[in-house]
Amino acid sequence: MSARERIAGNVANYVDERTGSAKWLKKTLTKVFPDHWSFMLGEVVLYSFIILLLSGTFLTFWFDPSMREVEYEGSYEPLSGLKMSAAYASTLHISFDVRGGLLMRQIHHWAALIFMAAMVAHLMRVFFTGAFRKPREFNWIIGVGLLTLGIVEGFLGYSLPDDLLSGTGIRIAEAIIQALPVVGSYLAYFVFGGAFPGEVFIQRIYTVHILLIPGIFLALITAHLMLVWYQKHTQYPGPGRTEKNVVGYPLMPVYMAKAGGFFFIVFGITAFLGAVASINPIWLYGPYTPGQISAGSQPDWYMGWLDGLVRMAPPLETHAFGFTISWNILIPGLIIPGIIFTGMALYPFIESWMTDDKREHHLLDRPRNAPNRTALGAMSITFMLVALINGGNDLIATHFDLSINQIMWGTRIGIIVLPPLAFVITKRICLSLQRADRELVLHGRETGRLVMLPHGEFIEVHEPLSPFKAYTLTQHEQPAAIAPAAEDLNGVRNPKGARAKLQARLSRAHQEQIAKPTSQEMLEIEDHH
Amino acid sequence: MSNELAPLTDPGLPEHVHRKADVDPRAAKKAERQVGILFLLSVVGTLLFIYAYVGIDESIFIFLPVLGNTNAHQLFLGLGLAMALFFIGMAAVHWAKTLMPDHEVIDQRKEQRSKDEDRSAFVSTVKERAGEAGLGRRPFIKRTMGLALGLVGLSPILLLRDLGPLPENELNETNWKAGTRLVTDPGDRPIKPSDLEVGGVAQVQPAFPEGKVRHLDDIGKDSVLLIRIRPEEFNLDAERLSWTHEGIIAFSKICSHMGCAVALYEQTTKHLLCPCHQSTFDVTRAAKVIFGPAARPLPQLAITVDSEGYLVAKAPFNQAVGPSFWERDSK
Repeated sequence: MSARERIAGNVANYVDERTGSAKWLKKTLTKVFPDHWSFMLGEVVLYSFIILLLSGTFLTFWFDPSMREVEYEGSYEPLSGLKMSAAYASTLHISFDVRGGLLMRQIHHWAALIFMAAMVAHLMRVFFTGAFRKPREFNWIIGVGLLTLGIVEGFLGYSLPDDLLSGTGIRIAEAIIQALPVVGSYLAYFVFGGAFPGEVFIQRIYTVHILLIPGIFLALITAHLMLVWYQKHTQYPGPGRTEKNVVGYPLMPVYMAKAGGFFFIVFGITAFLGAVASINPIWLYGPYTPGQISAGSQPDWYMGWLDGLVRMAPPLETHAFGFTISWNILIPGLIIPGIIFTGMALYPFIESWMTDDKREHHLLDRPRNAPNRTALGAMSITFMLVALINGGNDLIATHFDLSINQIMWGTRIGIIVLPPLAFVITKRICLSLQRADRELVLHGRETGRLVMLPHGEFIEVHEPLSPFKAYTLTQHEQPAAIAPAAEDLNGVRNPKGARAKLQARLSRAHQEQIAKPTSQEMLEIEDHH
Repeated sequence: MSNELAPLTDPGLPEHVHRKADVDPRAAKKAERQVGILFLLSVVGTLLFIYAYVGIDESIFIFLPVLGNTNAHQLFLGLGLAMALFFIGMAAVHWAKTLMPDHEVIDQRKEQRSKDEDRSAFVSTVKERAGEAGLGRRPFIKRTMGLALGLVGLSPILLLRDLGPLPENELNETNWKAGTRLVTDPGDRPIKPSDLEVGGVAQVQPAFPEGKVRHLDDIGKDSVLLIRIRPEEFNLDAERLSWTHEGIIAFSKICSHMGCAVALYEQTTKHLLCPCHQSTFDVTRAAKVIFGPAARPLPQLAITVDSEGYLVAKAPFNQAVGPSFWERDSK
């Protein structure tokens, strides 16, 4: 036994005698993870979170979360001698007088954008492949919670420097709080410690930004990963892959090396962006004052859809009995986001009810094989995109020489018309792709080679698919829709009739499919040849 | 569309194809070298980082295409860090892909659901233990416990009460009173009508008595925009016209939608535009909303001149400025 092995053995013995973890560790190190590029999206979220913790901790060493008024004396001359909050002054100090400070600020901001983008991409992957189905509903809900918290956390983060742009964002947030019926003005006064902007807001959101929400993040991410671990990862369908197994690479060493390496790659790319791509140059905006604003005020992209909705809201307010209800703020700012996020959280249960499917699913769907779900996803994305576009209507107007009124009316109409259109088109595309799959399995791949037969007829040579490919294209289930049973045999209406009828209708829409080829059909085709 | 006919059979995992490095020792050696070189590139990155930290002065700016004028210190610090991290990652991934075993492994799943006997054992344990606590047999304890637990939650909520004062009537008030002089912002100088040309705009604040400091809270509610147009261009009723002075009209600069500063004035159309959500107000018609999400005009401040000829407020705002709130008595 070499010296190194002896030392390793001693360490392992020491730990195991105190924790009894040998068995668990052995199982863990050989745990199998399926491989697919789309499984990296969730990893990117985790890694950017770690990058955020590291770069954020660095920033706290210099950032002063105080709205105390100071005179700027740092090295950025254009603002020299100006009165500003200590928060803004210390952000300037980090940017200009701390070595690597600007780099860390930019890495932190870029990591936040990547964090949110990867989270949305991961959400889409999970949605479109049906990975949220039983038994993974808890993880879906945790994910929705993380996304919501991420939006809040990002907003609070870019609000901290107390510059003119972010202060304007806080002003808008204050207006949303103030618009709440009955309690609005009280809540706003509690949150801001008095009238807007007050003198305590930055220090309060600082605690929330660096302690409260990251703490909740850590807890939720841990739970999320433990569930992934315990339930074992889903896998894409294919030969040898079933609902009962998981095919992939063992944690040690392949997956460790790939995942660990990928962390460094994500960190490296974020550092590269932080080095070359300027982001949130707060020194150009100046310190916040409620009496000023800069044109082209934009939130970060993950808030853009919300801003876009607020921009396109019709000017509705109810004035009655000396009270005011601001529908123009409540509907786009709270009600629609509330419906979207609640609907998203409930979707696994809605789909399970629509399809009456209570079984476990570990094989992912190809999006085309779940046309209704894919179409719903496309519809939601379209809604968000139209809202996001309107969130940048002023920039679009100036860049493309359009009038803001045209864009606003375009998106007002578009947000109603385009999502249903996206639904119909996507569903048709999915069914067409299913048809194409069916053709491919039955008649093979078009080779593009034309052959002239002895009697003069031209045919294109079709190459039969490999059995692996053919299986991949046909392994999915095509369950029948629920039969409508509103009346029993004696013609008596089921007391749950309306509900059952609705369920049957939705199920019919959900299970609309192009029949996949069966082995009988394959045999018949072969007989013909 | 049910699928009664037999589906295709699962051909099982395709046969494993060996990589070049698995069968050819020379290829394996080459891959090993590549991994080593990638790790060395990371070392170069770290050295660059250290050099940039101690050796490149923060005041040096270099011009780069696309990026423009860039601070060399921050740039090379970042590039060094990026290299150091990125190539560690590339090396690890390359190592895993070329040299570590690429045999796919199959693991079996079991259903999440526990075995029936475990489930029933769990249920009976819970019932038994709950019975031992005797909560069901002692309703007095159950009710008082419910009451105590319900009430104890009030304490932390009550503790939050001192986060801020009650709004009282503050949202309806500003520092404008009858006779308050309009002073420039910035500058704090009183202004005469002649200081503002036709077509001109100025931001003003109420004059404060000696010693009173203007806070951001004050600016957040007091900011007023003065705009001067030709008097005949006004399209106002008699009362609102009397609130103007020689073609000068004053509006709250705090948007009636969400409180942003309504800062964009278009001279030709005489429209005020809020850059946040593009609410557009017509200056000639008492800031009537002509586009966007704002539901109310900007509050108008009645102005006149005092005995020395300086502009003053004729009266306080006749309504609350800024975004709406529940108790707002909207007129």
